[in-house]
Amino acid sequence: MRSHIREFDSSTLNESVQNTIMRDLKAVGKKFMHVLYPRKSNTLLRDWDLWGPLILCVTLALMLQRSSVDSEKDGGPQFAEVFVIVWFGAVTITLNSKLLGGNISFFQSLCVLGYCILPLTVAMLVCRLVLLAEQGPINFMVRLFVVIVMFTWSIVASTAFLADSQPPNRKALAIYPVFLFYFVISWMILTFTPQ
Amino acid sequence: MATTAAPAGGARSGAGPEWGGFEENIQGGGSAVIDMENMDDTSGSSFEDMGELHQRLREEEVDADAAAAEEEDGEFLGMKGFKGQLSRQVADQMWQAGKRQASRAFSLYANIDILRPYFDVEPAQVRSRLLESMIPIKMVNFPQKIAGELYGPLMLVFTLVAILLHGMKTSDTIIREGTLMGTAIGTCFGYWLGVSSFIYFLAYLCNAQITMLQMLALLGYGLFGHCIVLFITYNIHLHALFYLFWLLVGGLSTLRMVAVLVSRTVGPTQRLLLCGTLAALHMLFLLYLHFAYHKVVEGILDTLEGPNIPPMQRVPRDIPAALPAARLPATVLNATAKAVMAG
Repeated sequence: MRSHIREFDSSTLNESVQNTIMRDLKAVGKKFMHVLYPRKSNTLLRDWDLWGPLILCVTLALMLQRSSVDSEKDGGPQFAEVFVIVWFGAVTITLNSKLLGGNISFFQSLCVLGYCILPLTVAMLVCRLVLLAEQGPINFMVRLFVVIVMFTWSIVASTAFLADSQPPNRKALAIYPVFLFYFVISWMILTFTPQ
Repeated sequence: MATTAAPAGGARSGAGPEWGGFEENIQGGGSAVIDMENMDDTSGSSFEDMGELHQRLREEEVDADAAAAEEEDGEFLGMKGFKGQLSRQVADQMWQAGKRQASRAFSLYANIDILRPYFDVEPAQVRSRLLESMIPIKMVNFPQKIAGELYGPLMLVFTLVAILLHGMKTSDTIIREGTLMGTAIGTCFGYWLGVSSFIYFLAYLCNAQITMLQMLALLGYGLFGHCIVLFITYNIHLHALFYLFWLLVGGLSTLRMVAVLVSRTVGPTQRLLLCGTLAALHMLFLLYLHFAYHKVVEGILDTLEGPNIPPMQRVPRDIPAALPAARLPATVLNATAKAVMAG
């Protein structure tokens, strides 16, 4: 068994970097598909990884930065604030669901919450495109509609994955902070205006 | 736990896995920690599995090597072989002791089971407690019961943060939301934890029968009134309406908290001190939350010049301690609409 494990170890160590990256990217892409079409499946929970959430969080934080034309100080804190809010929000929700008696692992929950930010990242992209047009109430209504739809999608996706791990009578207690978390992120997206 | 008495040399090779198994049993019966290990998981990840596998194999290798080395040493029946064995045993014991201590320290600090009893609630209980927090009870002769849970208060604080942020959106102020977020979170949590601690300290001075957990829960549920008032008045910018709600809803939740505290305190002076402080802080906080953000709005819009609205500038948020009652506009219009109509 030792030699078999040694072979496995060296086989992933000696492969080319491109192979490793492509394998990880494919795993991340597969999970993105699971989030976009949420069914009750175990893929996100079984093979959790934090690459996807990291990519999504960094993308979102980069897009939420103002174009720092006026002052240099604008860019830095924005990125850090979004980053901190996403990760500490996810940690808080995870701790809450564990304390309520859920049987989900710490990193599995982080993984699911991070991946379910994908619809909101898409909303951010759409909002940035819409903001290229002229500003006005119609502009705002379009963005509001898009953000609301994606917010609902995020909640539905995360509920599909997380709800089963909670005791049946406490699902609402565990889902409510998820709702608040995605609400805050949607608020950040909706109120974003480029300078 | 494993003793420090060294087993006989001949039994050395078999003692390693046995001791390891013994320790695992002790740890496995403990409480749930933030499980970075693969103990409770029904579905661990490949990363965790590989890590554990490697660890186990390395230990087996070490044991196998040790056993092989001992067999060689055993041939030289003499002091040298015996000393080598002894030093290996001592080193092994020290390593085991260190590992035990580290895992004990980890399970102590990462043990969230301490908080588990405070989150043992049902949705129906939370709902009924939310409604009860608005109903003052007149019975002040017997100490009223306070539910010692933290889920409701924590969620209410987070909801208050979300409502504050939503209020910024409806006030149409798009300042650097990062700073506002930090301010909102800091304000709400600071109020909840700070005022609870302060009132608990006063309660200690006044000999009131209340624990810190109960105070946290009481004040947390008292924020339900704040959430309602702010949610309504951030959407309907009527100052008269706000004053009405401030008195009614804020007053009700304050009365409830005051009644509970009075029922647990003896002596008129103590009751007055404790309840007066709590009432003042609670009502003033609601006032502050409503007007602090409106004040920021007015401060910013005052710097606008005509139809060419420059990008939003940051306004120093020096809110004076005394509320400037004279400056409160009594109009119905949003400050934005006022500026647009004036310009």
